[in-house]
Amino acid sequence: MSGADDISALWVSLRLAALTTLILLVLGAPLAWWLARGRFRGRILIEAVISLPLVLPPTVLGFYLLVALAPQGPLGRLMQALGLAPLAFTFSGLVIGSCLYSLPFVVQPLRDAFAAIGERPLEAAATLRAGPLDRFFTIILPLARPGILTAAVLGFAHTLGEFGVVLMIGGNIPGRTRVLSIAIYDHVEALDYGRAHLLSAGLLLFSFLVLLAVHALRPRIGRTGR
Amino acid sequence: MIETRFRIRRPGFLLDVHETFPERGVTAIFGPSGCGKTTWLRAIAGLERAGGGLCRFGGRIWQDDTRFLPPHARPLAYVFQDAALFAHLDVRGNLEYARRRARAAPILSFERAVRLLRLEHLLDRDPAGLSGGEAQRVALARALLAAPALLLMDEPLSALDASARRAILSLLEELRRDLPIPIILVSHARDETARLADHLVLMEAGRVRASGPLLELWTRLDIAGSHGKAASSVIAARVSGHEKAWNLTRLAFSGGEILTAGTELPKGSRARLRIMARDVSITLRRQEQTSILNIFPATVTGMRAISTARMLVQLDLRGTLLLSAITRKSAAALRLERGREVFAQIKAVALL
Repeated sequence: MSGADDISALWVSLRLAALTTLILLVLGAPLAWWLARGRFRGRILIEAVISLPLVLPPTVLGFYLLVALAPQGPLGRLMQALGLAPLAFTFSGLVIGSCLYSLPFVVQPLRDAFAAIGERPLEAAATLRAGPLDRFFTIILPLARPGILTAAVLGFAHTLGEFGVVLMIGGNIPGRTRVLSIAIYDHVEALDYGRAHLLSAGLLLFSFLVLLAVHALRPRIGRTGR
Repeated sequence: MIETRFRIRRPGFLLDVHETFPERGVTAIFGPSGCGKTTWLRAIAGLERAGGGLCRFGGRIWQDDTRFLPPHARPLAYVFQDAALFAHLDVRGNLEYARRRARAAPILSFERAVRLLRLEHLLDRDPAGLSGGEAQRVALARALLAAPALLLMDEPLSALDASARRAILSLLEELRRDLPIPIILVSHARDETARLADHLVLMEAGRVRASGPLLELWTRLDIAGSHGKAASSVIAARVSGHEKAWNLTRLAFSGGEILTAGTELPKGSRARLRIMARDVSITLRRQEQTSILNIFPATVTGMRAISTARMLVQLDLRGTLLLSAITRKSAAALRLERGREVFAQIKAVALL
């Protein structure tokens, strides 16, 4: 294995984490809003389902995803019926797996941030002629910014460190589904501790710097001027 | 005309009201905490959704059986009890937020709102650093800059300390005179209601007990009777002069001129006076050689026992109603009855 392989594993990891975070922020926001605001039966059930990846071994999630996405699986067959390629062992499959796996890390901070805003600022904005969309962009987003940032960082970092799910549904195809954590595992398997160290230390440093930046920015994030 | 009809069930009470408010001046919805005042105000704003309600403002229907205009489509502004400033914007940002979204011609300019509510030195501050009184002043300015056709205020003074309360009260009074729009004020405080309201709606346990012009309603025996020791009269007067040598101010009202300890009010300015019923005594003949300055001829227009020992007497001072609380024994000794000519002696007058 060459250094270029490591670079491409890093690239796959970063792409996967960025894409997953983006998708989760977009899809997770309405879900989190609904959980924070909605009054409905069965909310506990949905919260429990969303929290499952927190406690489930990633291999279990990965295994079921593999079964579902495989060409003979229910989703795989649906994909084929629609004339699409099966998702197992593809980058797209990885994105789907990562989204499910990192879902609680994004949805929970968003939900807490939305809940913390409370009704009052929204009511005040509504009585100042701000419609729903206006309120979303001028009140909810700025007030939830610290929570959104936390959600993004947690989602990104968590996806970056993912191993079990990727191994189950992505395999280890260099340049496509081979991510950083798997590259490290391979180096260790091959007793190439030097390379494993390099990647591990790099990942450690990166994660640390990201978290440091988040905490440093945090107190100043509440206000955004006008 | 502002017509509202709501039937809203909430834990603990049922709001069941059908009232028409005048489209000018200040209407106060007055009642004890928990009687449903705030729910009513919120329903007018569209913040409480209730089926089957009716809300009509002028010629426009905001809400009826088939329509429901959301709050942002109703041309009103709402001052919340807790100011509800936007924490992510500074004071200027809060004001601009309202001004930019105003859909009608401004009722006052940004500069005038800032000056009127004394916000010049607060514009760049964050809401988190403001005192309760400052925050409420910003909220008031923000509401006015939204160019509303109706201003709703929910206990705007209740979260403030005494001095901030006084300051905002006089600001509100100034506004009340200058604003071309009607105000609906929810309050459980007698002094602010007596001072600000033109029209009064008395609430009790989710229903309207009585409504009408404040000066009439306030001194109605059945209403005042239930205020117990707090029974009082509110008198509209105008400053007619000052007695500089004695530091007294003369205030003219329908019954004559009343003297009170000196005020800064310029001659000709309007003022409201509050006179506690217990500070008014009754004599059959005009007392001479007394320390009491304010003595007026009056006619007894009604009487009502408020306890086993005391009663409330309603007096007519040539068109102004005044309440007096005396003992039943005195009433019997003076043989008071409706139509009897007496003299009212006023011991203390509070300028509202």
